[in-house]
Amino acid sequence: MHPVKTIALSVALAASAGMAQADETLDAVKSKGFVQCGVSQGLPGFSNPDDQGNWTGLDVDFCRAMAAAIFNDADAVKYTPLSAKVRFTALTSGEIDVLARNTTWTMSRDSDFGEFIGVNYYDGQGFMVPTNLGVSSATELDGAAVCTNTGTTTELNVADYFRANGLNYTVVAFEKADEVVAAYDAGRCDVYTTDRSGLAAQRTKLSKPDDHVVLPEIISKEPLGPLVRHGDSQWADVGRWTLNCMINAEEAGITMENVADMATSADPNIKRILGADGDLGSKIGLDNAFCANVVAAVGNYGESYDRNVGPDTALKLDRGVNALWTDGGLLYAAPQR
Amino acid sequence: MAKNSNNNALAAPAPSFWRDPEKRAIVYQALVLAFMAWLLYSIVNNTATNMESRGLASGFGFLTSSAGFGIISTPFVPYTEDSSYFTVFLVGLVNTIIIAFVGCVLALLLGFIVGIARLSSNWLVQKIATFYIELFRNVPLLLQILFWYSAVLKPLPGPRELHEAGEAVFFSINNRGLIFAEPVGQEGFQYVWYAFFAAIVVSWLIRKWANARQMQTGQQFPTFLVGLGLIIGAPLLTYLFMGRPLEFVPAEMSRFALRGGVTVIPEFVALLLALVIYTAAFIAEIVRAGIQSVSHGQTEAASALGVKPSHRMRLVVVPQAMRVIVPPLTSQFLNLTKNSSLATAIAYPDLFSVFAGTTLNQTGQAVEIMAMTLAVYLTLSLLTSAFMNWYNSRIKLVER
Repeated sequence: MHPVKTIALSVALAASAGMAQADETLDAVKSKGFVQCGVSQGLPGFSNPDDQGNWTGLDVDFCRAMAAAIFNDADAVKYTPLSAKVRFTALTSGEIDVLARNTTWTMSRDSDFGEFIGVNYYDGQGFMVPTNLGVSSATELDGAAVCTNTGTTTELNVADYFRANGLNYTVVAFEKADEVVAAYDAGRCDVYTTDRSGLAAQRTKLSKPDDHVVLPEIISKEPLGPLVRHGDSQWADVGRWTLNCMINAEEAGITMENVADMATSADPNIKRILGADGDLGSKIGLDNAFCANVVAAVGNYGESYDRNVGPDTALKLDRGVNALWTDGGLLYAAPQR
Repeated sequence: MAKNSNNNALAAPAPSFWRDPEKRAIVYQALVLAFMAWLLYSIVNNTATNMESRGLASGFGFLTSSAGFGIISTPFVPYTEDSSYFTVFLVGLVNTIIIAFVGCVLALLLGFIVGIARLSSNWLVQKIATFYIELFRNVPLLLQILFWYSAVLKPLPGPRELHEAGEAVFFSINNRGLIFAEPVGQEGFQYVWYAFFAAIVVSWLIRKWANARQMQTGQQFPTFLVGLGLIIGAPLLTYLFMGRPLEFVPAEMSRFALRGGVTVIPEFVALLLALVIYTAAFIAEIVRAGIQSVSHGQTEAASALGVKPSHRMRLVVVPQAMRVIVPPLTSQFLNLTKNSSLATAIAYPDLFSVFAGTTLNQTGQAVEIMAMTLAVYLTLSLLTSAFMNWYNSRIKLVER
């Protein structure tokens, strides 16, 4: 129960005497033997459990990559499914070590709740409507009822957008994403709004996915990324360089298949990435070969993307702005040297 | 030593410090007080230290920042996206109070009817009441809320399937809620209100007079019927006399939904239905227990005195049963109020949903928001308790 959970978290915050001080998360994680990762309650492509309880998705891959970087074992992860509402409380109270839950990086969240360590999906908010409404643009939505999630940037963006365009609307805000989809499917509202990747993912849950159309407007910037608690820069570095490693590996052409052969490559850049040369990993408290372990276990960013949200999956999302900068996209990781 | 104390036995020497129960009690009290103070201090101190070490801001300054999100239903409180978080708090509070108050009144009515039906001599009525109680008392409340919302209200047809664009609609039930024309008072409508309040005052005076007369002469007067007639009749006559100064402004079908009119959202209806039906099942059992606690001899004595059956229940049995009914009834009212926080499951914007939920998530002020929310539920519960205790002390058995 969420009400109970929220209260429990506040009480935990009040009762836990000075644990988890700065620069201790990595040691704490190493001694308990797994990464406690906060994920969504089920968003296909990002973090979604299958019928055996195995989690898959882009965010889940990031958690697995962190576990591979720390333990050389991508399965050393425990997942905590969180609603949008309780996710930050779970992070600040110390219940989870990292929050990888398709969370938009904003300035207020970065200052209030934790430290964002990068962007693993560039997104923007869109609208979905039933095709038979005959709406072709969001500017025609005057007077519509809009279904959305509570406690999300989505809820704020939609309020901003309708106000800025002088349109009337009614908002119906649910706590769980599944409830939003069910309400929209039942016709409780005319419009469903969330990040466009979310629209593609949730569409697969509708009774007739082909009877709905995504409107062309993108009304916001939604850089989605993982975050950690404030005040532990070592732990933030572990997360940041795990993500950078996956992106750099794709750029350098290192894949899950060829990573073992690449270790003997003559390219100094590849040798540094894979830890065959230098001591970059040990500087942040990891094995020098952490990046090789990550790629061997979950693959590079592109492989993870194609496996979870790419054109061959149910979500059918093109790389678009999420391509590497060398391919005209926005993914640009700082070099490992 | 033994000799000495024997000699002084009659003089009752002052016992040693630890053997004096009064002094001992003071020491214990002081210890407990010190322990409580330490506990309170360490809770506050831990919270402050932990919040500081995690860089969490504290204080109530966030209440004045603008909320920026929309709320589906904001009765009595003017609200826009520019309103402050404090206004969000008020909106949530009003929504919680509305559902709790309407819920308590309806649950009491339904519970009383079912409770009396449970004791009916009619086999069918009695079995139906028993079935109702056993069914709704034993199904979890959250399940019932989701049932009314997802299985009953959401599958209703949408407004587009019912109405043409541009159509003026006076009454409609669809999956967007219960929508009816908005009554707008015209010039002269205030006299209808005056007539209404005047009728209430007059009815009260008549009741006083009738009671006094009955005490003196034993003559009865149909107070209830006359009062009802006055309270309904006087405003109605004024209304007709003033030339019907009330206009019903219909809702208009826009491209998507009905605009204007008065809308009762389905989330409210679902929550209300579930709370009332669930709580009424408990109240029915309390009422039955109360009535059965009145000795059957009372009924027989009333019959022997020639009191007619309807009066027998109303004037002899129920007043005595109320003494047993009221204390557990208070608990049910408190339960209903607190259970209303389950609204968060179905998007009804009560306090827990919009303030302890959305606002908490936007601002991260967990300690302050939870403290305010707890204070509200505590205050509502204490107020309900205080009222019911006052009522209980009025009706309890006067012993001589």
